[in-house]
Amino acid sequence: MKETPLSNCERRFLLRAIEEKKRLDGRQTYDYRNIRISFGTDYGCCIVELGKTRVLGQVSCELVSPKLNRATEGILFFNLELSQMAAPAFEPGRQSDLLVKLNRLLERCLRNSKCIDTESLCVVAGEKVWQIRVDLHLLNHDGNIIDAASIAAIVALCHFRRPDVSVQGDEVTLYTPEERDPVPLSIHHMPICVSFAFFQQGTYLLVDPNEREERVMDGLLVIAMNKHREICTIQSSGGIMLLKDQVLRCSKIAGVKVAEITELILKALENDQKVRKEGGKFGFAESIANQRITAFKMEKAPIDTSDVEEKAEEIIAEAEPPSEVVSTPVLWTPGTAQIGEGVENSWGDLEDSEKEDDEGGGDEAIILDSIKMDTGVEVSDIGSQDAPIILSDSEEEEMIILEPDKNPKKIRTQTTSAKQEKAPSKKPVKRRKKKRAAN
Amino acid sequence: MEEEMHTDAKIRAEIGTGCSPRGPGCSLRHFACEQNLLSRPDGSASFLQGDTSVLAGVYGPAEVKVSKEIFNKATLEVILRPKIGLPGVAEKSRERLIRNTCEAVVLGTLHPRTSITVVLQVVSDAGSLLACCLNAACMALVDAGVPMRALFCGVTCALDSDGTLVLDPTSKQEKVSTWLWKGRGLEAKGPESPQWDWLQEARAVLTFALDSVERKLLMSSTKGLYSDSELQQCLAAAQAASQHVFRFYRESLQR
Repeated sequence: MKETPLSNCERRFLLRAIEEKKRLDGRQTYDYRNIRISFGTDYGCCIVELGKTRVLGQVSCELVSPKLNRATEGILFFNLELSQMAAPAFEPGRQSDLLVKLNRLLERCLRNSKCIDTESLCVVAGEKVWQIRVDLHLLNHDGNIIDAASIAAIVALCHFRRPDVSVQGDEVTLYTPEERDPVPLSIHHMPICVSFAFFQQGTYLLVDPNEREERVMDGLLVIAMNKHREICTIQSSGGIMLLKDQVLRCSKIAGVKVAEITELILKALENDQKVRKEGGKFGFAESIANQRITAFKMEKAPIDTSDVEEKAEEIIAEAEPPSEVVSTPVLWTPGTAQIGEGVENSWGDLEDSEKEDDEGGGDEAIILDSIKMDTGVEVSDIGSQDAPIILSDSEEEEMIILEPDKNPKKIRTQTTSAKQEKAPSKKPVKRRKKKRAAN
Repeated sequence: MEEEMHTDAKIRAEIGTGCSPRGPGCSLRHFACEQNLLSRPDGSASFLQGDTSVLAGVYGPAEVKVSKEIFNKATLEVILRPKIGLPGVAEKSRERLIRNTCEAVVLGTLHPRTSITVVLQVVSDAGSLLACCLNAACMALVDAGVPMRALFCGVTCALDSDGTLVLDPTSKQEKVSTWLWKGRGLEAKGPESPQWDWLQEARAVLTFALDSVERKLLMSSTKGLYSDSELQQCLAAAQAASQHVFRFYRESLQR
């Protein structure tokens, strides 16, 4: 679906409000929306909500052979998908620009910053390493996808547990989760992206733009930082020209925000770990609020299946027996069998010379008569390319009234003989060819 | 790699598992449903069955591409995205099953030359995925206000090797007879090696989609070996289970 265009009055309204330091949802210039992190039952699964923007993250691992030039390092793979439910404009073919930009930014933020220790992912140098795959799905687009995605990625990575492996000499043992508790990944630091939207050629700036604000912004500055105030990635897009002190100011703001967000993440991870250890209830079912009017829960419901057998027998007793199976397979040669006869070959005189039997396994669709005629005529058009006279003939022939139960009425006198009979398309075509040969 | 964390009964609570041994009577797992949780789609619903969770979003009736236009009814499209990796053939086949079910109930003739798109995202898979997808799709269509002639629900049954019926199976109960590698080491040896164990969990897994008016069958998808009487038994059990699901729908919508 095409994206609904933003009306001029809405654009002007937003820009005027920003000039007066007002945001539509009542936030201040440097305020973030509410961040909510919920975890699933399996390790490495989380949903992050940044206001109404929602991202699902899942981490999975697999043992693979390492890359040839990095024999002792594990492999990291990031994939952000803009699901079609996130926005009506996100169709499979249409979002490549945005998708590439987001994926690249995410990769730079997480891979190049070396936040995950890839050396620890090595099992047998040169032979087996862990491949960690992070899949992010955008579920709802209400602005600032990159922030939500980076938070989801780092939370999922911190939450994930990989199976334990032990190496004793030549023997490698991979333990299942039942045998040995899975092991967390070794993460050095947590880079988080903070987005700044600029308006009116860099005069006004907003942190964490929502979808409307993103539509009217001039440019975007994304700074990925960790809580130690180290910048992992910085990217400015949109062609705005920023002054040095503007960029420095943004990095200071980012430092403050990242510290807050990191604290929130650590608290959420701690809560989840506590609940799991104490044997409490966890998972997405628990994060659905009890008192919300749009949510509803039902406990385990026992089903009475005692009368199932009687009912089944009743139905079978009343049912008619199945009809006799008609077709039996015909074995042509060892390895080639045929069931059913199929429809007679309806191609025109092109296939005349190549005497084709019914194709093996002849469950062809039943071809309507009219389509048969159609293909017959088209083939004859292709065949009649020798003399100009014939070309004009075929042009006339194109004006054919196709009726499903009768042969097409040929306008020219040459083929009027074909009109009356209810013959398959082959015959009239054949006759025409004979006439040409006579010419 | 989604591991079977919920087999460890020690640290799991009742709600978290869904695979606690069921008694002689079958039971459905804990259900939860939340509607209208996404702001962009016209209708959205998150449906949870035990640990299996599917999020559905519906857009429609909306503009349709001329190539996909049908002159007298709405074009229904279903998209199912798995959590890990790219969508493959299994997703395509499930999409088709769900689409056929939806087309049977949605009154497409009221909105000709439009498109109704149902997007499903697997949030977690712990058994009975297709049934959960169907339920989520139905709740999302209701939330979007798409006219339907009936509601529909999905129910999965698994048949044990000794013929015991299990409704709403977990992924462990659903595994249709597989070899289990009991040995040590990373190299998997062939089935002839004595370290393989024949793990018989389910002989057949059947999923049915039933409508709410007369509990008639809209769609069935089965895997495994079973007799015709077992099929009828599973269908009768699914119809009994669908009563509960429809009651859940009704109570959820009445709030």
